[in-house]
Amino acid sequence: MNAPMVGQGQKQKVAVRDLKFFYGDTLALKSISLPLYDRKVTAFIGPSGCGKSTLLRVLNRMYDLYPKQRAEGEVLLDGENILAPGQDLNLLRAKVGMVFQKPTPFPMSIYDNIAFGIRLYEKVSRSELDGRVEAALTRAALWGEVKDKLNSSGLSLSGGQQQRLCIARTIAVEPEVMLLDEPASALDPISTSRIEELIDELKSDYTIAIVTHNMQQAARVSQYTAFMYLGELVEFDETSRIFTMPSDKRTQDYITGRFG
Amino acid sequence: MAQHIVTSFDEDLKELNSAIGAMGGYAEELFGNAITALLHSDPDMAQEVISKDRIVDAMQRDIEERAVLLIARRQPVAQDLRETMAAIRISGDLERVADLGKNIARRTIAMESTAFRQTLMVGVEHLAQLGLQQMKQVLDAYALRDTAAAAEVWKNDSEIDAVYTSLFRELLTYMMEDPRNISRCIHLLFCAKNIERIGDHATNIAETVHYMVTGQQIEEERASSTRV
Repeated sequence: MNAPMVGQGQKQKVAVRDLKFFYGDTLALKSISLPLYDRKVTAFIGPSGCGKSTLLRVLNRMYDLYPKQRAEGEVLLDGENILAPGQDLNLLRAKVGMVFQKPTPFPMSIYDNIAFGIRLYEKVSRSELDGRVEAALTRAALWGEVKDKLNSSGLSLSGGQQQRLCIARTIAVEPEVMLLDEPASALDPISTSRIEELIDELKSDYTIAIVTHNMQQAARVSQYTAFMYLGELVEFDETSRIFTMPSDKRTQDYITGRFG
Repeated sequence: MAQHIVTSFDEDLKELNSAIGAMGGYAEELFGNAITALLHSDPDMAQEVISKDRIVDAMQRDIEERAVLLIARRQPVAQDLRETMAAIRISGDLERVADLGKNIARRTIAMESTAFRQTLMVGVEHLAQLGLQQMKQVLDAYALRDTAAAAEVWKNDSEIDAVYTSLFRELLTYMMEDPRNISRCIHLLFCAKNIERIGDHATNIAETVHYMVTGQQIEEERASSTRV
């Protein structure tokens, strides 16, 4: 595997080392090692069932919510192993935010959707809270569209707006890493472009990992791409290389639409 | 290479590929005819070369349209993208080859008689043969995706350059000997220059073939040739 040679000199925000993941007795990730570079977008591509979403779920220990699922190996966030038993999961999930395929706004007002997470982790005054909500919505390129209806339900927004609301909610707690699991696959092309534009913006502050089935999207938004197949990391490289001259034949076959 | 899941994608690429093959064959033939017309002082044949150049231009437009459409519809990546880019570039080179053939044909008509000293015509013929051979080899290299053959063409260009340089010197001598030769010699010199340029396009195509297959540029430094 060529992972260690790629992106030399870049700061590794997250380092996945020899990661194995089990659903019961089934080995879903076979010894994955790869970096997520600081303030870069890393895309995970591969056919359904290849383990890319599983890998994403390990990065904030989402799998802990389910019995019989376990991970072996190390995931270092700023050098600290988040798989270690003593890890504070609430703190971890504040540092590593996640956005899902389907927008999942809470059934509450737009304002409270954002404020909820902030109140959970911090004690802030009402005026500071107002400021934080506005800042998060602005950062997620949604403020202009919702500033006059902050008390309307989050569910009243369009799909694309709901997804940006979820991104704003993630940003509001000031995470360091953002995990995006097919954030635009349920959206129309214009909303998709808005999300992609947003990802471009956000990478100046956050380290981002995105799972996507849309190859062109991976090519557009990411600096690094990991191609996974059957629980293995087949190739990790700069995105510009993966989409012009991938070194592994399986990568080439997949991205050119020859199997999958 | 394995088939695409979408078979019409394979067909698009195949058609692009055979369009280049056809255009290459046609451009090569025009160039060959232009040389025959030159060597035999045949204005009729030269005229035919001139009028057929339009067909090559149309072929190039067709290939470009196909490639643009393929990019728009399929968003090719990796090998597919390189093949598409290669088709665009190679069709550009082939269009220039046919143009240069047309230039030679025009000069053939302008020269009226191409009766030169035997040694000089032998030199031109030799140069033309090298050029034709380069074109033929590079088109085969494209069809077979043969990088070794492409590299061979790329290396052999220096031979064309050397022959061209010696022809240039010879023509210069004739012009100095007798100024009445200057007009015809200049025409012939430009013809030789056109052949040498065709050799350069063959090298361009060789580079494109290498990139198309490997994704890398031909790196090795070719012995620098004399340019005039």
